[in-house]
Amino acid sequence: MSVFTISALELIIARRNMWVATSVILMGLFTAVLTLAGGAPTGTLSVDPLTIATTSITTLSVYLIPLIGLLLSFDAIAGEAERGTLALNLTYPVSRIEILIGKFLAHLAVLAFAIGVGLGLAALLTIWQYGPADLSFTPLVKLFFTSLALGAAFLGIGYLVSCLVRQTGAASGIVIIIWLVCVVLYDLGLLGALVADDGGSFTKTIFPWLLVANPADAFRLINTPVASVSVLASGIGAAGGASGLAGQLTSLLIWPVITLFLAWLAIRRIEL
Amino acid sequence: MTALMIDNVYKHYGTLKTVCGVNLKVQAGERVALLGHNGAGKTTLIRMILGLTPISSGSIKVLGTVPGSRLARQSIGFLPESVAFHGALSGREQLRHFARLKSITPRMADDLLDRVGLSDAADRKIRTYSKGMRQRIGLAQAVLGKPKLALLDEPTSGLDPISRHEFYDIVRDLANAGTAVLLSSHALTELETRTDRIAIMSKGKLVADANLEQLRQNARLPIHVKVTTTPDHADRVAHELGGTRVNGQSISLTCLQNEKVAVLGQITAFGEVIKDVDVTPSSLEQLYRHYSVDNQEGM
Repeated sequence: MSVFTISALELIIARRNMWVATSVILMGLFTAVLTLAGGAPTGTLSVDPLTIATTSITTLSVYLIPLIGLLLSFDAIAGEAERGTLALNLTYPVSRIEILIGKFLAHLAVLAFAIGVGLGLAALLTIWQYGPADLSFTPLVKLFFTSLALGAAFLGIGYLVSCLVRQTGAASGIVIIIWLVCVVLYDLGLLGALVADDGGSFTKTIFPWLLVANPADAFRLINTPVASVSVLASGIGAAGGASGLAGQLTSLLIWPVITLFLAWLAIRRIEL
Repeated sequence: MTALMIDNVYKHYGTLKTVCGVNLKVQAGERVALLGHNGAGKTTLIRMILGLTPISSGSIKVLGTVPGSRLARQSIGFLPESVAFHGALSGREQLRHFARLKSITPRMADDLLDRVGLSDAADRKIRTYSKGMRQRIGLAQAVLGKPKLALLDEPTSGLDPISRHEFYDIVRDLANAGTAVLLSSHALTELETRTDRIAIMSKGKLVADANLEQLRQNARLPIHVKVTTTPDHADRVAHELGGTRVNGQSISLTCLQNEKVAVLGQITAFGEVIKDVDVTPSSLEQLYRHYSVDNQEGM
């Protein structure tokens, strides 16, 4: 199977390029700090300590996982096109979609490993601090799979940019802008619109869907217990209710599919 | 069997025509050199044979199938002009990867590393390789699994003379085993004795396609004859042969292919006076210039 041959090679490259180490260290370090520091303010409250940890980790993951996803993927096609290895690979009996899927599987494995290490560390630290009794691991499992879906969505975006731009330098700039828009500016924009609308029809009808349309926000909604949302108060709470878990899951799962499909269309159009 | 058949192929990007009506056939076991200036359309032609670039009109058949089909790609070996690999991989990893893509056992990749003289460096990262070593990896991947058609674009650039020699040995063995070889190069002198046929492209057109002898005959380029005489008779010989005196005892003259035997007879008739005769047929370089430049002037 050519797909797995390509994945295997891509995994070697990811290991040599220190992408695996970088992702794991980033995830491990941040989750460890959040797990240890997150428990401090709650003291002896009757809230599950793992829930507090996952809530903090979710807030962090919204920024970190799209970033890792984009960093893994922006060079995937552009770098090969620049070096000329893409043309050489395509003279072998392997199709463009096989190259794309092969790379995607390898990068997804890197992401899964980094997320797994991070969340595993969070679980271990929590057990070490509070003992294994009365801990619910469901939020952690949910966080793992939704993080992976979020990462996959941004891997797809990275490949799409990589195929369209075909220059590593330009691709890296564009993915950073995309990252900034998706995880920071989009929410700020919505917040501004909410304030301007002042509880009008926009807040009730369009806003919930706009919020869930962004995979980063859908991810945040799924993993944040409604009660603990205090930052955007009623706004996000209402939105979470309107779109529902089904809407959020759909958004998270459909983004990787759409972006990978678009990347496939783009890689087919590359004339070498 | 015809490994490669190019039939009236055109390629244009908008109004820019890079390949215009090229016809070329390469049989199994044949070595064909593709010559031409930079921008003559060689690389575009090779990319169309590989199926990387669509053909504007005409048709190309690789072993009877369409370029870029799975069968065609399984049977083609390609060495790109400036071959590059991922620097983080070792030569062995890279070559084994290509072997797997072609469904060939990785052991054959290891054997090839020996064949191209890279067995010692096989486990080092490619980024530490010299240009010549990268070119060897490139050649190794191109001949991996004994392809039916080998396309080698500027294969000897960056190789030292001994490596070039080894390279042509590999190409000869390939052709003897039945591979059709199409190679483009600027190093004209080394192609003279190492190819069966020469195709010359100029401004997208194929201006010559024949073996060296036929090219010489068609070109009607003069043959250079250098005669060395005893010092006393140089003037007389030069006068009677109609050549020019080069120095004290040498005479230089030119003649056409069909006059060659007659001229040589004239020279040997002088007997003892002649000390040496050198006959130089037109070189591939002169032929190349003749075909490509004449065509450009005619346009």
